[in-house]
Amino acid sequence: MNIKELIEKFASGGSPVEIINEADFSRELSCVYCCDLLSVVMGKAPADCAWVTVMGNLNSVAVSVLADISLIVIAENSPIDQNAIDKAREKEVNIIKTKLPIFDMATKIDFWLKK
Amino acid sequence: MNILELKYTIPGDDFTRAGEASSAIKRKLKQMGFPPDLIRNVSIATYEGEINSVIHANGGSVSVSIDDEAVTIVIEDTGKGIPDIEKAMQEGFSTAPDSVRSLGFGAGMGLPNMKKYTDEIHVESQVGKGTKVTMKCRMT
Repeated sequence: MNIKELIEKFASGGSPVEIINEADFSRELSCVYCCDLLSVVMGKAPADCAWVTVMGNLNSVAVSVLADISLIVIAENSPIDQNAIDKAREKEVNIIKTKLPIFDMATKIDFWLKK
Repeated sequence: MNILELKYTIPGDDFTRAGEASSAIKRKLKQMGFPPDLIRNVSIATYEGEINSVIHANGGSVSVSIDDEAVTIVIEDTGKGIPDIEKAMQEGFSTAPDSVRSLGFGAGMGLPNMKKYTDEIHVESQVGKGTKVTMKCRMT
């Protein structure tokens, strides 16, 4: 499933996500991954995953670029720094945001990816 | 014979620019058509090294050389050095300040990740003088 299709599932399922940066929503998603410690994310996040986190800072964007993460999903309606959004535009990193907690969002993504 | 050599400066105490060198290296390797796994390994190892230099040594330098057999990454600084390298290589051991932890770093995964994503790692350090980390990612 690609990012665009996933976003459509959330829209039709009654829990729409907010699009923070659309770089390439045709990118495929391999799986879902959750963690807020960036060093752990660097070490463990699978390539092309949807990464659910509350860390909306500049370094999250850098980690996504270097670890080949397809999509950053900011959960819990957590704030995203403006310089992180600017960097995401520059580096072409996909970011969406949800008010759902990390676990709920991750299980929903997992459900759609496995369907 | 080296195909390519790249050198970058890591600015000190500037988390907004940490990752510039690794992103530039990643872009270069992509242009040269290296396999995605190799590129990812080099990028992650270099970024961890960059972050370490920013946190612990007020910056430093990265040099990358590529030949037929491997990508070699050397990260060097003139910071405070590592008193116990063996301890620093353990997952979870960290001396990073709280300010860094609030950004999501300082989990004690830097050097362990660098080891995990490279085929060879060699750490030389002198307390009060600096640290030099040499890593190799082999082509096959």
